[in-house]
Amino acid sequence: MTHIQNVLRNFSIGILATVFLASLFAGTLAPASYAKQFREDPDSPPSRQHWLGTDDLGRDRFSRVLYGTRISLLMAPAAALLAAALAGLLGGAAGYLGGWTERGLMAAADLVLSLPWLFLLLAVRALLPLNVPPLQSVTITFLILGCLGWAAGARVVCAGAKSLRNSDFALQARAQGCSEARLLLRHLAPNLRPLLLAQFWISVPVFILAEANLGVLGLGVSEPLPSWGSLLRELEGLTAISGKPWVFVPLLLLIISVTAFQALLMDQEMPS
Amino acid sequence: MRPIAVLLAKHAARILLITLAGGFLALALTRLAPNVDEREFDVRLSDESRAAIRQSHEAERNVFHFYWAWLRGLAHGDLGVSQTLNRPVTELLSERLPVTGRLLGWGLLTGWALGLGLALPLAFLRGGIFDMGASTIAALFLCLPAAVLGLLFVLLRAPAALALGLLVFPKIFRYARTLLQQSANLPHVLTARAKGLGSVRVLLWHYLPPAAGQWLALLAVSIPVALSAAVPIEVVCDLPGIGQLAWKAALARDLYLLVCLTGIVTLTTVVAKSLSDVLGEGLRSVA
Repeated sequence: MTHIQNVLRNFSIGILATVFLASLFAGTLAPASYAKQFREDPDSPPSRQHWLGTDDLGRDRFSRVLYGTRISLLMAPAAALLAAALAGLLGGAAGYLGGWTERGLMAAADLVLSLPWLFLLLAVRALLPLNVPPLQSVTITFLILGCLGWAAGARVVCAGAKSLRNSDFALQARAQGCSEARLLLRHLAPNLRPLLLAQFWISVPVFILAEANLGVLGLGVSEPLPSWGSLLRELEGLTAISGKPWVFVPLLLLIISVTAFQALLMDQEMPS
Repeated sequence: MRPIAVLLAKHAARILLITLAGGFLALALTRLAPNVDEREFDVRLSDESRAAIRQSHEAERNVFHFYWAWLRGLAHGDLGVSQTLNRPVTELLSERLPVTGRLLGWGLLTGWALGLGLALPLAFLRGGIFDMGASTIAALFLCLPAAVLGLLFVLLRAPAALALGLLVFPKIFRYARTLLQQSANLPHVLTARAKGLGSVRVLLWHYLPPAAGQWLALLAVSIPVALSAAVPIEVVCDLPGIGQLAWKAALARDLYLLVCLTGIVTLTTVVAKSLSDVLGEGLRSVA
């Protein structure tokens, strides 16, 4: 690793840690609750009381950004974890068992991958109830992301499990009378862990962006709960880009965070 | 000749199966999703009318029957009638497909032009400020949600196809850069350079042909990427294409429309992938 890459990596970790910690302590750092309305002060510019001004409903934008960051940065990794777990389970089963199980599961993965990601996401999200309590909307949004994001990972894990199944050490373990369950849990699963970890880290920025897309289109986290996606909806009401530059802070934060994730992933990037 | 025929038959079967499965998936999801017909709340309706409405939905709930009936209609060129727009689906598609086609065409062209325009010089200018600058620009657009870029383009009154191109370009650039870097280290390229061949000749004769299959795969991958980005772009830019139609159909749970659009999108993606596979295979056998 070159010196520049090392610096970039440390810088990215620093940025992500700062943003994550700030959002984690949103309760302490935010001057108001994300839902509190300052009705005498709607759509106000930045001031000492409201660092990023207030939105159309008079809610403190800085507080909403902090709470929104917390939701996006906590839920995207949770969804990525679910996607990686599903990929591990289904891809591992397909690769290890082979035969019709592999064909069936990989056909399902092919089908999911044949539909463009955002198209699939929008269709599935729109089919579920839209008027749900805010917390339920967070769960639905990120559960969908997790449940639909398994396919690409499953193919990678399947290929890995297949090569491990036929490897020398697996053959030797079988010859020594090792049970299938032990072989799977003690020998194969640890070797698949790096693949799953890579899939997890690749999924996090993808899911952050997907939630932002859903949010802008009104299918993400519902009001009054903020997320990066729902905060970006404010851009819809803008008529000029230079009118209210502070409205772009959530977008800037999203770009910085996703760029930091991408920078961390850059070394692992492989062509398909 | 025979292996090519087998290959084509395999791909045709794959295309057919995946497209049919895609349509069925959309239908099953729509029918199984929690849904109440708003007409049932109309106080003017009698109990018998409400029961009839429920009965009609019960018939639709059998996804296998519904899908079979739809496929029979498809065989006769009848794609059904949109429940929300109250118009034949074929009519809607004929109006909107050209809009999406144009958007995708220009978007892909822009994306490829930008991606290759920045990646090709890197085949000869490895490292340095140009590489860092190009990578930074690509990374920036990779981090922008499609819907947000669409909104920014609406604010700037810029063409939507350019927004789509900017969303496709980072992926093209990154893969193209990797492909070119891999080609740069191949022995025959090093030999050609050592023999003093010109940059353009090395590029056209020694860099690109050996990786033709991978370039074709990249072209195939760029189509679903563009299709995926076209949906939010069309929604936020208010472009009457099939992306916007899919969005409306999904929100209104318009069964015929959704099944049709999912089928079209799946078909486009699978055909693009299969074409790249077949062409890649052909190129390899020729080589």
